[in-house]
Amino acid sequence: MEKFVQHKGLAAPMDRENVDTDAIIPKQFLKSIHRTGFGENLFDAWRYLDTGEPGMDNAARPLNPDFVLNQARYRGASILVAGKNFGCGSSREHAPWALQQYGFRAIIAPSFADIFFNNCYKNGLLPIVLEAGTVRRLIDAIKGFVGYELVVDLEAQTVRTPDAEALAFDITPHRKYCLLNGFDDIGLTLRSADKIRAFEAERRARHPYYFNSRVA
Amino acid sequence: MPQTLYDKLWDSHVVHSEEDGTALLYIDRHLVHEVTSPQAFEGLRVAGRKLWRADSIVCTADHNTPTTDWDRGIDGIADPIAREQVVTLDRNIRAFGSLAYFPFLDKQQGIVHVIGPEQGATLPGMTVVCGDSHTSTHGAFACLAHGIGTSEVEHVMATQCLVAKKMKSMLVRIDGALPAGVTAKDMALAVIGRIGTAGGTGCAIEFAGSAVRALSMEGRMTLCNMAIEAGARAGMIAFDDVTAAYLKGRAFAPKGAEWDVAVAYWRTLKSDEGARFDATVEMRAEEIAPQVTWGTSPEMVVTVDGRVPDPEREKDAARRSGIEAALKYMGLAPNTPMTEIRVDRVFIGSCTNSRIEDIRQAAWVVRRLGRRVASSVKQALVVPGSGLVKAQAEAEGLDRVLKDAGFEWREPGCSMCLAMNADRLEPGERCASTSNRNFEGRQGAGGRTHLVSPAMAAAAAIEGRFADVRKLT
Repeated sequence: MEKFVQHKGLAAPMDRENVDTDAIIPKQFLKSIHRTGFGENLFDAWRYLDTGEPGMDNAARPLNPDFVLNQARYRGASILVAGKNFGCGSSREHAPWALQQYGFRAIIAPSFADIFFNNCYKNGLLPIVLEAGTVRRLIDAIKGFVGYELVVDLEAQTVRTPDAEALAFDITPHRKYCLLNGFDDIGLTLRSADKIRAFEAERRARHPYYFNSRVA
Repeated sequence: MPQTLYDKLWDSHVVHSEEDGTALLYIDRHLVHEVTSPQAFEGLRVAGRKLWRADSIVCTADHNTPTTDWDRGIDGIADPIAREQVVTLDRNIRAFGSLAYFPFLDKQQGIVHVIGPEQGATLPGMTVVCGDSHTSTHGAFACLAHGIGTSEVEHVMATQCLVAKKMKSMLVRIDGALPAGVTAKDMALAVIGRIGTAGGTGCAIEFAGSAVRALSMEGRMTLCNMAIEAGARAGMIAFDDVTAAYLKGRAFAPKGAEWDVAVAYWRTLKSDEGARFDATVEMRAEEIAPQVTWGTSPEMVVTVDGRVPDPEREKDAARRSGIEAALKYMGLAPNTPMTEIRVDRVFIGSCTNSRIEDIRQAAWVVRRLGRRVASSVKQALVVPGSGLVKAQAEAEGLDRVLKDAGFEWREPGCSMCLAMNADRLEPGERCASTSNRNFEGRQGAGGRTHLVSPAMAAAAAIEGRFADVRKLT
């Protein structure tokens, strides 16, 4: 996993609530058996004027000029600031993959759907919860100033605005540790393999009916 | 100290806990399907890892599979990318192993959240995960069950554990008796209408109360299935005689003396008297009416005798613009009575409503009305949740009732709930659907979804518009 320590980048607004995972990456792109190649189809139904299908030459497709990320001023944006309940809906990790592969490193919103929130951390994409009023202020500022950049400092757990305001955010020590070091969980968990084996043996003895072994 | 059901399920699975509350949670059952697993298997291969416990895995192909032309075999999957995903699952399961695999074309294949319980592979007291948000369904069996992403699928495959933090607890208590014609689906939508799609965020919901206890296992699964639409990863219901009666004799359920031992333990799987919840919501079943969504989020819901809302009457600016955007997408005028909204297609199916009881409800409405699908309705699809549900419905003659009335009777799968296969809406088409999400484009680009119960969907098919099923009873 890509490390996340500090990131300075152009911010883009997504001024709506309940942005769902079907909007982030529509279902037709979930047929892929690969982990990459989703960035060009991020927000596909909003971003393009035609209906997207896998395998299309996306560079040749008509862009929706009204979609916020298609505006020249947000080209290269790497921090998305959005309304509440971002990422609601399905568990598809293709959603954070698409955001990350498009170029986003952090998403700021007043709240996130639980599964999406969790999935972000597995991909070096930092979801940041800030208070609703603060997010509103950020979205207005981003719209008001072309080239509005934010600095996300994971070590300090702050988002710094151009006028040097530092907005604090929470993150669990475990997640912070993984992101700062670029660790993925499997390697870390396997360090506890003995504990897992011991737990499993005890559970198997106590509840053998959970360990049906008719392997097909 | 009195414990909630969630406390008990959580505590019995913690392998190890860190100071910040991050825990390693042991996973008993891992349900796997073709869409969210290929990258996980690939990750194992790249790292040279094996499955920690192959016999925890129950697998099927459901999202991409066609609901017609099964006689053509794998070639019946016209889309080559979808076909590759289904074939990849076959290959991965062959290479890595599983407890049970119900591949495409198998007589017991079906929607992963239908077949888990149907096979007795979902048992009370388990932790159940799947790379699918509707894993909350299995909580109906007093399990801790929730959806995970593909990285977590790989993590569970490699370690049999999840890295997790305990959620908050919410009690949704619904007491009283549901009026005739009102179903578990209406309960679920009414709860979401009340608390919103983020109302349960960060929580595990326990559904309780006399109206919940009165539900069949099918109804309980419908209710827990929609917990995720209320923002809660997990929904759950205490074990009781209804749970036991459903499970007894199923393929992977314990047998003989082991059954008695298991049931004795399962009887403890309920919240203790006086257990504390972080939040409580109380509703009366008598006050729940048939629900119909009007917008592009499940919380955008009214009763069938209600009207499309008027954004002018919404004071909150963000909410007003949300209503306006939804009405524009849905092609609806403010204040339209719901019963005047005409539908182009009807879909009865999905992990929410494709079980035998759902099909019985639909067939009951069709018989009661005694007419055919309205000529203005282009298509009325019934997609049973599994091969076993299909066979049972056919044994009961329900397929005949539906087919004679002009419904199409299909092979099992996720189908038009998310339109990954060929079953989908065309742009602008309006659908009465028993599925779980009415997001923009969910059932096909530009499609317009109204979520309803199976009874309401069947009535909409016959009438060509939404109709109040309570008037049939």
